[in-house]
Amino acid sequence: MSNATESSAARQGLRHEERPATARRRHRWALSDRALSWLFIGPTISLLLLINIFPLFWTIYLSFTNYRANIPIRPIRWVGLRNYTRIFESNEIWHYLQITAHFVVWSVLLETILGFALALLLNRKFRGHGLLSTLLVLPMLLSPALVGLFWKYIFDPQVGVFNYIVNYLLNAGSFSMLSNPHLAPWAVVAVDVWMWTPFIMLLCLAGLQSVPDALYEAAEIDRASRWQKFWAVTFPHVLPLLSIAVLFRAMESFKVFGLVMQLTGGGPGGATELMSVAVKRAAFVTWKTGWGAALAIVMFVIVFGASAVFVRYLNRVSQR
Amino acid sequence: MTERKLKVPLSGRRWSAIESPVGVRRAAMAVVLVYLVLTLAPIGWIVLTSFKSESDAIAYPPKTLFEPSLVGYVNLFTSRTRLTNKQVKELPPPDTWYEKVVREENMVISGESPFLGRFVNSLIIAIVSTIVSVSLGVVAAYAFVRLPVVGKDDQLFFILSTRFMPPVAVALPIFLMYRQVGLSDSYLGMILLYTAFNVSFAVWLLKGFFADIPKEYEEAAMVDGYTRLQAFFRLVLPNAKAGIAATTVFCLIFAWNEYTYSLLLTSRHAQTATPYIPNIVGYGGLDWSAVAAGTTIFLIPVMVFTILLRKYLVRGVTFGAVRG
Amino acid sequence: MRRIITGTTCLLLTLMCLGSASAQEKSITVGWAAWDPANALMELSKDFTKKTGIQVHGEFIPWPQFQQKVFTVLNSHGDTFDVLIGDSQWIGSGAEYGHYVELSQFFKNNGIDLKKDFAAGPVHYYAQWPKGSDHYWGLPTEGDAVGWTYRKDWFAKPELKKAFKQKYGYELAPPKTWKQLKDIGEFFQGRTIDGKKVYGMAIYTKRPGDGISQGVLSAMWSWGVSMHAPDDPYDLQGYFNSDEAVDALKFYKSLYDCCVPPGSGDNYMEADLDAYTSGQVAMAMNFFAFFPGISRNPNVGDVTGYFVTPGHDGHHGTQLGGQGMSVVSYSNKKKWAKEYVKWFSQPEVQKKWWELGGYSTRKSVLNDPGFDDSEPYAKAFKESMKIVKDFWETPNYGELLDTAQRHFNQYIVGGQGTAKEALDAIVRDWHDSFEALGKYDN
Repeated sequence: MSNATESSAARQGLRHEERPATARRRHRWALSDRALSWLFIGPTISLLLLINIFPLFWTIYLSFTNYRANIPIRPIRWVGLRNYTRIFESNEIWHYLQITAHFVVWSVLLETILGFALALLLNRKFRGHGLLSTLLVLPMLLSPALVGLFWKYIFDPQVGVFNYIVNYLLNAGSFSMLSNPHLAPWAVVAVDVWMWTPFIMLLCLAGLQSVPDALYEAAEIDRASRWQKFWAVTFPHVLPLLSIAVLFRAMESFKVFGLVMQLTGGGPGGATELMSVAVKRAAFVTWKTGWGAALAIVMFVIVFGASAVFVRYLNRVSQR
Repeated sequence: MTERKLKVPLSGRRWSAIESPVGVRRAAMAVVLVYLVLTLAPIGWIVLTSFKSESDAIAYPPKTLFEPSLVGYVNLFTSRTRLTNKQVKELPPPDTWYEKVVREENMVISGESPFLGRFVNSLIIAIVSTIVSVSLGVVAAYAFVRLPVVGKDDQLFFILSTRFMPPVAVALPIFLMYRQVGLSDSYLGMILLYTAFNVSFAVWLLKGFFADIPKEYEEAAMVDGYTRLQAFFRLVLPNAKAGIAATTVFCLIFAWNEYTYSLLLTSRHAQTATPYIPNIVGYGGLDWSAVAAGTTIFLIPVMVFTILLRKYLVRGVTFGAVRG
Repeated sequence: MRRIITGTTCLLLTLMCLGSASAQEKSITVGWAAWDPANALMELSKDFTKKTGIQVHGEFIPWPQFQQKVFTVLNSHGDTFDVLIGDSQWIGSGAEYGHYVELSQFFKNNGIDLKKDFAAGPVHYYAQWPKGSDHYWGLPTEGDAVGWTYRKDWFAKPELKKAFKQKYGYELAPPKTWKQLKDIGEFFQGRTIDGKKVYGMAIYTKRPGDGISQGVLSAMWSWGVSMHAPDDPYDLQGYFNSDEAVDALKFYKSLYDCCVPPGSGDNYMEADLDAYTSGQVAMAMNFFAFFPGISRNPNVGDVTGYFVTPGHDGHHGTQLGGQGMSVVSYSNKKKWAKEYVKWFSQPEVQKKWWELGGYSTRKSVLNDPGFDDSEPYAKAFKESMKIVKDFWETPNYGELLDTAQRHFNQYIVGGQGTAKEALDAIVRDWHDSFEALGKYDN
């Protein structure tokens, strides 16, 4: 018996002194697995309940009231669905949704195309591959708010280097990306694409590298053209990871806040007033807490719905 | 076109078996390099700007060649009063190098700016919340992977889904809640909040790492008389070091870069550097060289992490769906 | 690994202790916007520290975030500020929602008589709530109004004077009416001076916060517009959307369309300042608070003149700016904060405040014989203080302002709709807002 103990312990590289002296005292102090699972998961769940779930329910409650956080002395009045009907009847919500959708669709689309193209280009052996990947990934490791801030500087119509370069190349005259209601949304898209293309690229690259060579060799034997190889072998393998990336970016970009706040603050005349900016303004500027809560719930429902899809899909892929 | 044999890959990666002619490869590299320049240029521009004087920073056409100055950094760390030319001349000569820098812009240093305090706040809140969230994540992820959990899938989904709540939406009730319990603008309040929003990511990521460790190790140990808990601490954790490191890096980066909660829930006491840097005002409008200096300094920890832990980068970024 | 954790924890605990230690010192924190006057105040406060030993820290927030940040703090009952130099608009909420400490009794006990010692307009707008009562919630600190700067040197160029006289039939001089302002603006628009292309004027157009309203209102007051009936502050219909108001709004838009540099759709104080000091425009609208800095500016300081907002058709008004200082009720250093207020009200301190670049509103300073010549903008300031009018200062002013901002910006910068439609929408929203507050319940 002790021989077996010794060898198995030795296999795991345990030092002699570390072997359990408790071996003979059979599990008197040990917690059962079930108890342990409560102990291990309990704190996390409690924290999340406290910080995420309880406030969520409070927000739902508030969305049915006319509460204003800056007038705490006024009695709270239950107004039922009035906030929600107002939201959906007013033009504002459709305005915000449209702006947010424009942003999400275009930034994710461009990021995907660029990221995928880059991954295809990078999917080769060469020196400095690791360094290159690390450098390329840098934009997405920065604080989005600070990224928005320094792009504001770069886009500044008076002193920004962007205008200078564009004028140098195209002689477009005086223009302002950020105070033009038509250009500002594109500026926001551009900055987001700049930040997150590396993310898509990484995932696509990983997908590309997961393709078994045997499949390529088989396709080669079948005299498949490059194009056919791409569609039959490469693309299906990349698709799962690409989809994860796209779905994730879509959800994250729906929530974007710091970047837009710093870059345009909601844009010239509300041209870049994304949902999160609208919620912030309702809740923390005009202090219409009930209304802001309703907007927040609408936003939450949309993101949550999308995330449910995402999580299920991700689980499926991870378990491959 | 001859079929190339698969070459031995660098760092264990498998390369595209579709080898292309040298010309195409070179063109592809050129494109990638151009993209690299485009991607890094804005960051480089900001670092460059941090070394410009206030007026150089807002010069047009933008200057690429200029006399470097540390005034941005000095401005970042100090608060100053502006005087007239005459008043400046009447002052005694400056006794430190930074006072000298500031006098050239007709200002005197009247104290230190809040930046250092905010930077320290960032450090405290990010580090503590990361330690807590990773710790919680480690044990929770382990439990999900190895232990019997009631309603495992539902609990997991619950944890993961909290990651997807829009921060602005969460900030609203948290604001009210913290106001009631006196946690507004406090370290504890912010640490709790940051821990909560990082822990779901940590659980998710670590789950993948733990799942990679063969069950046999622990089972053998338990046969040898280790309790589950002991097996966890002595066997599983050391083997998961890489994964824990990756998770820590990412939680740290998220907490470090966080803006929304800090903006809306903190003020003088617990505000971090992220909402502070965009508010550094100079003469009429933002002091861009100081803002650039602040951004640069704020970037440094992130860059350090990236370089030190680049092995774990891919894994972390892709939620463990990809083995890097 | 363990060592790293222990070491980090020790470091963090030390840092946290250091952080809380500084809270024990004898000090107060003054909150204001981050601009030159705040720096001047810090300089001035050294005198307070010398006299009382109380350190003064400044917590200064840039204008774009000032209102939002302050109200987030106040609404969270935070003690970030002990003394708050709040915008005139905030006095209603400060008083009614319990953010400010009422100072009427304190003033009485310490011989501070606002009505006697301070100019009437500032007292009414920066300190009183309800309006016209004897309840005071602040001390006028920075008197301010919308005024104008202009390039004296350009106006003095003989060839330009001749050309102007020829075209418009009167001398090129600081305008006394808005029509003249427009003429001059058009005259300079696109002209090349000293080899550079310049533009007529810089005006306020910014959407977030209160930018564009401050500009439009300065026109409105000069058209004799009022926001409500003289005897009923909630009787709105027909006042802010009267024909005069429509006329004033249309006129302001015409200025935006004719006489500003391209890309001016998001301008407020800093942008106007930049446009003027970089030599881009002949005239710029801005708050008097910026004029000390302009007069010290190496580029334009010596060639700048200042004039009061023009009048129109026999009316003359300008938009009030400025702030008063109040004691925050959530502070735990109220005693020291009140000391600070008391110190600031003294005549010698007020005089030094003016010298350092702040705008005192104390009668002893304004009526001093040397005042008019002390600075090139002094006279214009004094005149402006006599004709200032302010926007709503009611607790719901934020909503009232936001709808005005939105519609003004959409009409003027966005070119949507007509002036009448914009003003009608504003009055409608104002009505709804007051209704939600129960002002029309009988």
